[in-house]
Amino acid sequence: MIEIRGLSKSFGTQTVLRELDLTIHDGETVAVIGQSGSGKSVLLKHIIGLLRPDAGTITVDGLDVTRATERQLEELRVRIGYLFQSAALFDSMTVAENITLGLREHTKTPVVELERIVKEKLALVGLRNIEDRKPAELSGGMRKRVGLARALAMEPAYMFYDEPTTGLDPVTSDQIDQLIDGLTKRLNVTSIIVTHDLFTVDRIAHRVVFLFEGKIYFDGTPKELRLSKDPTVQKFLERYTLINL
Amino acid sequence: MNVVAAIGRKTKRFLAEFGQISRLLAATVSYIPSTLRNPRLLLIQMEHIGTDSLPLVVVIGFFTGMVSAWQAAYQFKGLITNSFLGSAVSRAIFLELGPVLTAIVIAGRVGASIAAELGTMKVSEEIDALESLAISPIRFLSTPRVVAAFLMMPVLVIFANLIALGGALIVSNFFLGITAKIFFDSVRRFFHVKDVLGGLFKSLVFGGVTALIGVHVGFRTEGGAEGVGLATIRSFVLSSAMVLIMDYVLWTVIF
Repeated sequence: MIEIRGLSKSFGTQTVLRELDLTIHDGETVAVIGQSGSGKSVLLKHIIGLLRPDAGTITVDGLDVTRATERQLEELRVRIGYLFQSAALFDSMTVAENITLGLREHTKTPVVELERIVKEKLALVGLRNIEDRKPAELSGGMRKRVGLARALAMEPAYMFYDEPTTGLDPVTSDQIDQLIDGLTKRLNVTSIIVTHDLFTVDRIAHRVVFLFEGKIYFDGTPKELRLSKDPTVQKFLERYTLINL
Repeated sequence: MNVVAAIGRKTKRFLAEFGQISRLLAATVSYIPSTLRNPRLLLIQMEHIGTDSLPLVVVIGFFTGMVSAWQAAYQFKGLITNSFLGSAVSRAIFLELGPVLTAIVIAGRVGASIAAELGTMKVSEEIDALESLAISPIRFLSTPRVVAAFLMMPVLVIFANLIALGGALIVSNFFLGITAKIFFDSVRRFFHVKDVLGGLFKSLVFGGVTALIGVHVGFRTEGGAEGVGLATIRSFVLSSAMVLIMDYVLWTVIF
């Protein structure tokens, strides 16, 4: 379970998060939506300890991330899979090396087993026979899938997706949505999806939180979001055309 | 008043950056045992920083040696006999030209490439991705590069010294009428092991400092391609300046 209490973060004079409270229960799939710069990615990076808050606490399975040592953070991160917005594949490594990096660094898994894991994870994200390719040789959608395979390699208990469909065409976005939905159901992981894409929210999320002015402005199901009469929510939805769904 | 405030701000920024580099150095050193236990990344960097830099170092060393011989002959004209040229050129190479010019070349080739590579990794979230995989970027990226530069710089300087000496010998022999025997007799007459060891010790420091600055600048890159470009320039400027400053400091300490 993830519990966030009174989380505040500023960059220079700009306040991004303002005493934010949020609880995410095990097995939930929560979509975090909001305008660009509303702190969605910043929120994810705080949970995994990549950013330190100005105030507040973040507890993941009983560990206070804000006070954790580097060692404790590393133990936590092994249990979290993170798909970055740009996929953040290591350009100097092959697809196979990208996927197995965490395992090679943290375990003594034999090479044969690593090869099996690469094939298995690639199959899980609908890819095959690209083990020896470099990220530069992949399309945007393939890079996201490989990023997803890498995030899944350590068998995480939590999956964080940072704008998984941004920059992809509608068909590929739809495939990525289906993939995340299938994985979430099959692997029973707790997922947080930061997104602008309300199609993704509708298709995957059990719950949606809307960040506005550094706080959680709305917290409910995707259906409740669509039915909300709140003008700020309505304005956001109109902008992102959910009404036309 | 504005000038005082500006100086204060610059001083504060300088001290903050000095603190950041000191912390990075401490963290980099703390990962040396684990890097030596699993030296794959270190060996890759040693190849990149050492072997791959060798052709450039050889060319620079050769021309440095040749021009040193011409300049020594030019300055000796009417004052000292050319039979001392070998010792003058060799001491200049061992003490100063070999270590400093190699360090400047490495600052351009290696320091800037470290800053560009890590800067690109920073802006494309690859460094965040490493951390998300519970891998310390300092252990994975900084320690192998700094240790490799620290170890390979003296090796490059040994090559640079020998090639420069060869360049000086060629000019002396073919253009200045100094035979190889006279040249090497002169080198031997005033040869001090301390000169060579002092130069190599300086090169150890130059190598470590150059890589450390490259890593520091790379890790703190912001923005996109423009940020990476600025980081590359900054790394070269800082490293070159530090090499010359450290050269002066080490000279006063060693000699």
